[in-house]
Amino acid sequence: MIDIISLLEEIKKAPYKEIEIVTPHSGKIEFVIQETGTKVTGVSGKWKEKPGTLLAYLTREGNKKPVYAPEKGEIVMFHDIKDHQFVQAGTPLLKIRHFLTKQEVIDIILKKALHLFTAPEKGKYYFVSAIDLKLKAKGLGQVNIKEGDEVLIISRMKRETVLAYEGPSGIIYTTYFDSSKSVEAGSPLLGICPKDQVENIKEVIARIQSSWEEM
Amino acid sequence: MNQIEKQILDLTERLRYIEDIFGNRENANVALLRSKLNDFKNNLANLGPDQLKRHLSSLNDLFHFLENKLEKELTPMDKVRIVRHPQRICLKDILENVYDNYTEIGGQNEYSIDPSMIIARAYITRRVGKKIYKQPVMVIGQEKGHGQEFRNGGSVKPWGNAKAMEYMKVAEVENIPIHTYIFTPGAFPIEDYPGAAQQIAKNIYTMAGLSVPVVSVISEGGSGGAEAIGLADTRIMLSHGYYSVISPEGAAAIEGRLRDGARATPELVEQCARQLKITASDNLGMGYVDRVLEEPPLGARSEHFDFFKKLRQEVILATDEVVLSVRGIKLFRAIALRKLNNPNIYVRWSLSSKSRERLVWQRYQKFRSLSIQFLKDKAPAWQKTASIINQYGWSVYSFLRYEFLGRHQRKITHLAEDVQGEVQALFGRIMNKGSKIIRKLPGIKEEKEDTCRLTTLSTWESGMFWDEHCQYVSPQANKDRTLSCPNSSKFGCLDLWGPDLFSDFAGVCSHCGHHFPMEYEWYLFNVFDTRSIREFNSKIESSNILNFDGMDVKLDKAKKDTGHKSSCMTFEATIKGVRVVVAMLMARFRGGSVGVAEGEKFIRAAELAKRKHLPFVAYVHGTAGIRIQEGTNGVIQMPRCTLAVRRYLESGGLYLVLYDTNSYAGPVASFLGCSPYQFAVRSANIGFAGPGVIKETTGEDIQPDYHKAFMTLSRGHIQGIWDRREIRNNLHQALMTMGGEFLYYR
Repeated sequence: MIDIISLLEEIKKAPYKEIEIVTPHSGKIEFVIQETGTKVTGVSGKWKEKPGTLLAYLTREGNKKPVYAPEKGEIVMFHDIKDHQFVQAGTPLLKIRHFLTKQEVIDIILKKALHLFTAPEKGKYYFVSAIDLKLKAKGLGQVNIKEGDEVLIISRMKRETVLAYEGPSGIIYTTYFDSSKSVEAGSPLLGICPKDQVENIKEVIARIQSSWEEM
Repeated sequence: MNQIEKQILDLTERLRYIEDIFGNRENANVALLRSKLNDFKNNLANLGPDQLKRHLSSLNDLFHFLENKLEKELTPMDKVRIVRHPQRICLKDILENVYDNYTEIGGQNEYSIDPSMIIARAYITRRVGKKIYKQPVMVIGQEKGHGQEFRNGGSVKPWGNAKAMEYMKVAEVENIPIHTYIFTPGAFPIEDYPGAAQQIAKNIYTMAGLSVPVVSVISEGGSGGAEAIGLADTRIMLSHGYYSVISPEGAAAIEGRLRDGARATPELVEQCARQLKITASDNLGMGYVDRVLEEPPLGARSEHFDFFKKLRQEVILATDEVVLSVRGIKLFRAIALRKLNNPNIYVRWSLSSKSRERLVWQRYQKFRSLSIQFLKDKAPAWQKTASIINQYGWSVYSFLRYEFLGRHQRKITHLAEDVQGEVQALFGRIMNKGSKIIRKLPGIKEEKEDTCRLTTLSTWESGMFWDEHCQYVSPQANKDRTLSCPNSSKFGCLDLWGPDLFSDFAGVCSHCGHHFPMEYEWYLFNVFDTRSIREFNSKIESSNILNFDGMDVKLDKAKKDTGHKSSCMTFEATIKGVRVVVAMLMARFRGGSVGVAEGEKFIRAAELAKRKHLPFVAYVHGTAGIRIQEGTNGVIQMPRCTLAVRRYLESGGLYLVLYDTNSYAGPVASFLGCSPYQFAVRSANIGFAGPGVIKETTGEDIQPDYHKAFMTLSRGHIQGIWDRREIRNNLHQALMTMGGEFLYYR
């Protein structure tokens, strides 16, 4: 069983992740940014079409390739590599410290604490009437399910199929779908967790929402 | 509100309108009007009723006098501001005041498939002697709606143009004339089906063959959007309107090389408006409109009822003239129409089938002759004469071979096939039995197919030699460097060595199949049979028709760099022995933009293909659109070339379009987009407007692969995507399958 509270404390001690930028292949490196502490941005745009901050160029056989920052953050250190030096593939260049956002912390915690039950195929999903009634009466965090229970109905192109739950037993902590909208295959439908963890998770998430400071 | 207050309000409105038109320019006359009106308003309380009337009357006279004076000072950009002003007359005003009654079709205000396009069935009542005639017309046009937001400023979406086309066809069925009113700054640049460019192309193609009279009135003629309903037998332009290839602001952004929505200076915009020759008198001078209808000083507004009367007379006269020009019995009425401005005569507007044919032919001839005076053909006189003789020779041969002999030959062949079929049906069984018996006779042996194949020598494909291809080496292959495939992060493609990539691999990533751009020369060497290319009309030259600043230098540079005189190269060639006529637009010559020279060369190529009964291939290595520096001379190539293509297709031709690299705007929205068979090389980007223009116009970002060939294919704009390495085979197969056994003749 995971101790959610201590997990959060652990994250709080180092509320960031460090990304090592390594060379994808050998070549001559030419730094564009040379100072530690420089703020960088990651890939952005609706279609992720805008690259992050340009960090360096790597030139091999006359082919000058840009090296971009993958995520938002701050450059915390440069490895001991001189500008215009030839480097081998996989050489670490610099380190970017990316401070975790509220959502990222919640995602980390929920990923560890919850079992995600995903959609096997594209379609609209809704609960079987027994579960639906229970959920309406008791609310989320109160309804137990175990492997093999018929939980959901898939509806697609006028065809309806009952879907049995697969995974560890627990209670339905959260739902990720809207019964009026189509869900893509592989998207999460339900978040299941052991009953005794529910209160902890709720508390931790409330704490993150109220007190987590984004950098 | 009493009468005095109303008059003051009117004068205030008039002053505000004048100030809007003259923009930021300081003008002594405008300042005088402003001060006089303010003085009058400040003194209002001190004036008695008689004095008020006197002052108002003199103010009215002053406004009238100075408006007439200001009229003479209008610059082209002022006229642009006039047509864009919310007080400018719009189509609804015209429907109310020019026609006697009308029913709007397919929409009511915002409840319409596209509120910026209005279709209406209307009628005009004419009294001739004691008789009253009601003459129905189909009215089609863009609606700006005095600034109503849902009208989108008259910028029509593809489905709006589709609706216009549908009702043009209805008018044709009903045999009634079409009046189109052009009030658009340009088409709305989105690619959603049916697609801005492709739908405009379909509209122009349809209008090229409409067998009912079309009269169009131009107020704001913005490029492709205007052409979508502008191909008419008579084009009347309002004196304060503009008709242009691009908005002056758009031209300034291109000329000033501005990016990311940066604004051009007012001076540059003004200069572009002047240089583009967009006004009514400019267009009349160049021959792209038939006449100009004078508007009241500073432009027609909704309250100018006299103007609507004049417009009514003008459209009636224009329709009468078109109808009489193709009608059998017309002598006196035609003279009367020409001599008297508004004769009291009746002309029936429905046409007989013969007249309809004449009308379409007349329309073709009209557009064929446009812009010819600006053509720069440096071929020597003897060559031109020889070419004309050659053309006539081919016409005579073509008539004898395909019309005269061909028709009879076809009849005989069909008869022979029928007789053979009958004989087969009658004696088939008996003959089969007989041949079986004969085969069983001793001494008669059947040679098996396998034996035949094994004992004869294999041969190269006919017309092909082993060293025939790959003679062209791309200059990109001469650089010792590697290149990364743009898909490498997605598919893990390894870097490619330049000399390999641009020679053996034909510019295609060996891992994912991404196509790197390739020069047009590669296609000349690798698609067509060796030494089969014969260029024609190479002496026709692009020129700086409008004396656009700096254009001479740019054109000279392009000519020097490419060795060609224009961006269009036309030639005859063979593909695996199949003879074709090709028109190629080269991206390297001014972005492959189309002007007078290119349009004329394209038309001549289509005519040659028709005369020689050969398939016609348009290979678009790249085109950025119509050459903006040629103004309306460029835009007019859209209907001109489409008419030529339609004539070629209707005579039974096979017209194939193949896109490569980037193909945008005017050409795609006319003579390329109208082809029933459009294919693209994988490297192609196809669309109406580039990403920057779309963002600028619609205010929305578009996804990075919006114009890619696969997206275009999924929208249904093109019919297939070809690998560059397979173009030769695919083109040959397309010619054989779509052209059929005889390649050309239907």
